[in-house]
Amino acid sequence: MNKKLSIIAALVISFAGNGLLAQEAIEINRNTTPGLTPPTPIAITGFSGEVEATLRFDLTVMGFTNVPPESANFILSGGNTGESVQGRLSSGGIGAKSVLLSKVYNGSSLRRQAHRLADDVVLKLTGVNGIAETKVAFKVDTGPTSEIFISDFDGHNAQEVTRDRTVVAAPCWVPGRLALYYTSYKLGTPDIFYQNLTTGERRNYAHYPGMNSSAAVSPNGRRVAMIMSKGGSPDVYVCDADGSHLKQLTATREDESSPCWSPDGQWICYATKIEGRRVLCKVSAEGGPAQRIPTSGVSNPSEPDWSPDGKWIVFTAQMGGFEICVVPAQGGSATLLVSGEDPCWAPNSRTVIFARRSGGNRVLSLLDVPTKQVKDVSRVSGSGSSNSQPSWAR
Amino acid sequence: MMMLGLVLTFATVGCKKHPYGPTPIPGLTPKPGGGTLDSQPSVNPQPPIDAGTNVGTTGGIPLGPGHEGWAADPSDPLKAQTIYFDYDKSSIKTSEQGKLEDVASYMKSHGDVALRVEGNCDERGTEEYNRSLGERRALGGREYLVRLGIDASRIDTVTYGEDKPAETGHDEAAWSKNRRDDFVVLLAPKQ
Repeated sequence: MNKKLSIIAALVISFAGNGLLAQEAIEINRNTTPGLTPPTPIAITGFSGEVEATLRFDLTVMGFTNVPPESANFILSGGNTGESVQGRLSSGGIGAKSVLLSKVYNGSSLRRQAHRLADDVVLKLTGVNGIAETKVAFKVDTGPTSEIFISDFDGHNAQEVTRDRTVVAAPCWVPGRLALYYTSYKLGTPDIFYQNLTTGERRNYAHYPGMNSSAAVSPNGRRVAMIMSKGGSPDVYVCDADGSHLKQLTATREDESSPCWSPDGQWICYATKIEGRRVLCKVSAEGGPAQRIPTSGVSNPSEPDWSPDGKWIVFTAQMGGFEICVVPAQGGSATLLVSGEDPCWAPNSRTVIFARRSGGNRVLSLLDVPTKQVKDVSRVSGSGSSNSQPSWAR
Repeated sequence: MMMLGLVLTFATVGCKKHPYGPTPIPGLTPKPGGGTLDSQPSVNPQPPIDAGTNVGTTGGIPLGPGHEGWAADPSDPLKAQTIYFDYDKSSIKTSEQGKLEDVASYMKSHGDVALRVEGNCDERGTEEYNRSLGERRALGGREYLVRLGIDASRIDTVTYGEDKPAETGHDEAAWSKNRRDDFVVLLAPKQ
């Protein structure tokens, strides 16, 4: 049943296609100011059912908006049968139509084919790989216990990773690998576990006295930053992936939380308090003094995540409610985007997955940071459950 | 430009008639937990690793090795001594100090038991922030007991963050009951 998705008939004359691609990519990339970039108008025509819905969803969270053909910059036309999807991308407007892409997809599922088409469109128009075939991990809370799940980035095809009937938290993907670190109370206290999703192999990675939580894997996969309290207060530690060379990076009486790595692997950013005020700081992964990352304009920052392109830090500000904000990675004026918490960047450095509260529970949503377009992810385990703490595989 | 468009259209149509071979996509079908999910995954607690490289901390009183294998006293003798915190704070309120003195005297009169301080938060913080705040609350209770003369090695901490609310409501009445330290008496394993 699980046929491999295959692509038939992919051709754009290469030199002409590249010329057009370069032009459009420049146009779209020129202005990606968080929250202030208008979406790119595209007309999605000829598709039906799940394929149409999937294309609309995917392109919305990657910066496009579906409009009538007469007002579109680009036309995505085509159709779907019971087994295949056919898509053709051309430039919009009156006059000559340049075909930028024409492909037929079959195999796997129609949904998967639609995701691939959306990614092909995004790559063609922006020069950046799409995210429609990526995975996320998250926590599903059904009351007294919780479990770690993984799914497609849009919540479909969810699979249980743990089945321990205990409290779990803070999943984190190993970059480029089908493996996770997460926190589990399986042994009574919060420990960090490593789990290989292909083999099912699992090991207790950090089982020190007190708290071991918030694992964050370095971009090269070789080190893990985390919060531990064995020294008498929650602090940031870093350790090799094999458990050796444990090093304490902070030594405060405050409650450090949520470490994340800069994409060059040099810095670890985290949330803490200075003189009673919550702030974001960074510390060298080799140790050294903590440096503050200013987030002017908002208060009570926590849950930072550094964008894969190195330019931005997205975080949660708590100001009455919870707000998703971004700030340049060196710090500065923060931009408030939408209500929500625990944001995590997609590999494209523009889409963010986050949790938002709805009727006492949490649901996951996707945010296209430049355009502020938001789409809810389909929820796992029914309306009574909370889905939170998303981690994007990247 | 028009010429280019025509060429492209033509080329594309031609392409459909003469398709390239299928391009397989590498399978991405992880098996979470693999075969171990249905059975009990084998999880072996590891002893602390490489503790010698600890740079030391100014953050508080280091935790001891803990009391693995000890069990909670089913009579829950310190159930009434739960202490409560102000919003987003881990400092011990004056109103709660009497209960901590009760806990300290119980520990002094029961020299063979250990104690687990369980720190908890209301839902008005982000999840991992709350997990750290809950640990600070548990450590704050522990430090107070140490100052009252209880040996630090007898006291373990655990944080549940906002994952184990005492009350499930979404108002201050519930939140004020959830910002707490519970004191769980631990009994040594029977020989």
